[in-house]
Amino acid sequence: MPETMSIPIADDLICPYGAGIALLASRDRATGRLSFPARPANDTRYAQVVLPGTGRLWSWTVQRFRPKSPPYAGPEAFEPYAVGYIELDDALIVEARLVDVAFDALEIGMAMRVVPLPFMLADGTSRTSFGFAPDKGAQA
Amino acid sequence: MSEDVFIVGVGIHPFGRTPGLSGLQQGVFAVRQALDRAGLSWPDVQFAFGGSDAAGNADTMVSELGLTGIPFINVANGCATGGSAMFGAYSTIKSGEFDLGLAVGFDKHPRGSFSPLPADWGLPDWYGETGLMLTTQFFAMKIRRYMSLYGITPPMLGAVAEKAFANGVLADHAWRREAVDIDTILNSQMVSDPLTKFMFCSPGEGAVALLLASGRKARELGLPAVRLRAAAVRTRPPGSFEVFSPALDLERGGSPTSVASQAAFAMAGVGPEDIDIAQLQDTEAGAEIMHMAENGFCADGDQAAWIAEGRTRIDGRLPVNTDGGCLACGEPIGASGLRQVYENYVQLTGQAGARQVPGKIRLGYSHVYGAPGVSAVAIVER
Repeated sequence: MPETMSIPIADDLICPYGAGIALLASRDRATGRLSFPARPANDTRYAQVVLPGTGRLWSWTVQRFRPKSPPYAGPEAFEPYAVGYIELDDALIVEARLVDVAFDALEIGMAMRVVPLPFMLADGTSRTSFGFAPDKGAQA
Repeated sequence: MSEDVFIVGVGIHPFGRTPGLSGLQQGVFAVRQALDRAGLSWPDVQFAFGGSDAAGNADTMVSELGLTGIPFINVANGCATGGSAMFGAYSTIKSGEFDLGLAVGFDKHPRGSFSPLPADWGLPDWYGETGLMLTTQFFAMKIRRYMSLYGITPPMLGAVAEKAFANGVLADHAWRREAVDIDTILNSQMVSDPLTKFMFCSPGEGAVALLLASGRKARELGLPAVRLRAAAVRTRPPGSFEVFSPALDLERGGSPTSVASQAAFAMAGVGPEDIDIAQLQDTEAGAEIMHMAENGFCADGDQAAWIAEGRTRIDGRLPVNTDGGCLACGEPIGASGLRQVYENYVQLTGQAGARQVPGKIRLGYSHVYGAPGVSAVAIVER
């Protein structure tokens, strides 16, 4: 991970990629089928691969109430957040939090890119998760 | 030779909140009511299938019903628990093994959304920890995508919810028994965009019992009966979009609902155009709309015209969710699918009172859906 990022929220989820991160997935060696999240690295049936970092918003919603804990591990204070599925070219449609975008600017088909997402646990420690933000450099 | 299977008796504990009774006790209430209405007693029952998602083991109810020594099989199949219990009872009678049996489902959930644990669903902890594991998000994103593809609008979602609450007023087992107008529905608190508070059902409590009999036994009893023409439980095919999915395949496919529906129609030897009344899983208002198409009743997008013309109202061409569905009754998981069959029985035998569908109705259809991609469909005939 780049120096400024805290440790990943899970193993086999993300990896450093350029100045940011990429999502890890598994390719079934027999069928070629991709799956996300990646299987444990020692599962020899699968090869670990890196997913494309850009794609288009496939659907979205806004989480308006604090999810129950467990399983939610975020802080008690709650701000609504956007969630969506992003269609990654020739790969998968991946579910993620959507960041750096106003709720009323969300639109199916908009270009998105993966970004590291600092995630605060209830005990105040921080982990690195992932999200998708508008890809301002993309062709419309 | 396979036997015809009939439903010869039904019982229900009203849905909603019943602080003084456990889920199991509500189950016992429903069984006793079914027996009383049919003029039968517990020793007449030769076997049982039953279950709940969160309210205990069904077979322990023999300590209240009577220690008759019958085989009582617990079913734990998530949202299809009730449908699976009925499938078990149906298959048992069809095989010729027994003549008269019970399918019972009950539940009692705490207030608020469900709080599933990732490991129970084969998912890593981070999926729940970071706030992605909510059924409400799934339903919102499924209908959002569907709306963008097929021209479904928020007022159509509102119309579905308005109909549900109007029907619930007329159903004495419903939880929500007050009409809610469409403006209130559309302007109520947003829960998971585009779905507002009044467009979602809530986890609740309740119980349903069905008595199933062979054709020979049904004729002997001479009770009001409906024939179970089909009972199908199916899991998801490739390319479906399900609750609790961190990723989806690019190549989109069918759904457990479309697979179960086709299987049930094939078993019954009838088609969607033959159905007179339908109870479709309406976890939220958009689910009813999407499930109309997934069950084969209309093409994607045709729901707009159906809703505008009131075709799914009690007096419409295909009444849908005549007791207010999950929206008005709430969703006690183990009982919810059996409530739909209960409603079809009551309607087809002309006992639905103020919500009775007018005219002669012959075929009733019911459909339940749940995580992680399972649907159960039943078709009954009067």
